Amino acid sequence: MNWNWSVVDEFMPYFWDGVRVTLQATALGSLLSFALGLVWALLLRTPSRFVRWPVGFFVEFIRNTPLLVQLFFLFYVLPEWGVQTSALATGIIGIGLHYSTYTAEVYRAGIEGVPAGQWEAARALSLPRGRTWGAVILPQAIRRVVPALGNYVIALLKDTPMLLGIGVLEMLNQARQFGAQTFQYIEPYTIVGIAFILISYPASLFMRYLERRLVH
Amino acid sequence: MTAELWEAIFKGIWITVQLTVYSAALGAVVAFAVGTARTSRHWILRFLSGFYVAVFRGTSALVFMFWLFFVVPLAFGWQFVPMWAATLALGLTYGAYGAEIVRGGIAAVAPAQREAGIALSFTPWQRMRRIILPQAVPEMLPPFNNLLIELLKGTALVSLLGIPDISFEAQLARLATGQSTTIYLAILGMYFVLAFLLTRVMRLLERRAKAGIGQAPPKSGGILGKLRIEETERSTKAGLAGGAQ
Repeated sequence: MNWNWSVVDEFMPYFWDGVRVTLQATALGSLLSFALGLVWALLLRTPSRFVRWPVGFFVEFIRNTPLLVQLFFLFYVLPEWGVQTSALATGIIGIGLHYSTYTAEVYRAGIEGVPAGQWEAARALSLPRGRTWGAVILPQAIRRVVPALGNYVIALLKDTPMLLGIGVLEMLNQARQFGAQTFQYIEPYTIVGIAFILISYPASLFMRYLERRLVH
Repeated sequence: MTAELWEAIFKGIWITVQLTVYSAALGAVVAFAVGTARTSRHWILRFLSGFYVAVFRGTSALVFMFWLFFVVPLAFGWQFVPMWAATLALGLTYGAYGAEIVRGGIAAVAPAQREAGIALSFTPWQRMRRIILPQAVPEMLPPFNNLLIELLKGTALVSLLGIPDISFEAQLARLATGQSTTIYLAILGMYFVLAFLLTRVMRLLERRAKAGIGQAPPKSGGILGKLRIEETERSTKAGLAGGAQ
């Protein structure tokens, strides 16, 4: 094992660029997954089975197939359909869509966890549908699901290295490029590995704390 | 798409299946070893297994795979066969997630069972083997099913390292023909079918295991229930999140 600190110094500027892209993909991907997941969860509760079944199939399909292949699909097929986006934008869409199928389950559990009395009370007060959802059900459901959503943000963060498959320069890809140019592989990859632990471990401790605060 | 290209993709399925089976076997060994160590009486075992879980759940599977491929040969002089490195990376990473399932399953067995074992002067090993695990394992199978599907999806990562699995062959076929839509939809379908088959096998195992201790598995309802591959009630991937326990 020959660790060379001067290589670390050289790699650091690239590393920080990678961190920025990784965090950007994580933040935007999470926001997309939160929004889309809520859409799936609500669509899966509509009375019409002509909506429920296709959405259910779509969600199951996305959840049970690899994110990496979905990224390739978006990256190579979307341009054929005339949609031109950058690699990072494609990556964010792919990762957000993939995780939205997980967050949909979280929302579903959260909505089902709201006591039936709340629905009945909204009904007794003859609140319109929009108000029932917006002012009664969702505020209670979302409070319960925050820690679970947070855990998916951490899982999503750990899946961002897959974006290197479509050429996004996030942390791991920066390390790979650096290695290809300088033939120094030990330091960059080790730093990136440690960086993931340093971000995700405290984040998961924080989620546990949130879980204690918000759920119980 | 010519016949040769399809043939290559079908060979890729075999590689994907092999990778899934090997890493699941390694992951299961790791999960049971580390998961039971976390309930050990000795603090050093608890600490080491906790550290293992924190590290391997904290990092990303792909990063670890790259590390095994590019850093280990340079730093320690061991060059793995690619399949072995991939199996090791997937098995160790998903084993850490599995360890949490094992720990949770063991913790969920009623304490009176353990106490009864002590009262009957079973040794700790006998208690684990004869009393705790037979009751804990059926509870672990549904989350293991979810994890197995995550593992199957994880095998696609090896294509980035040049191992000719389904995704890699698809990439080659795309370069040769340029028919991205057909190829990628076809292999996404293949992964979906593989995931479905895995779920069927795991359901069967669960039914067997539950019958072994005199319980019946819950019924799944309707067409969507059949389609629902993952046992979603157990909040699927939440356990896959961070490094903390």
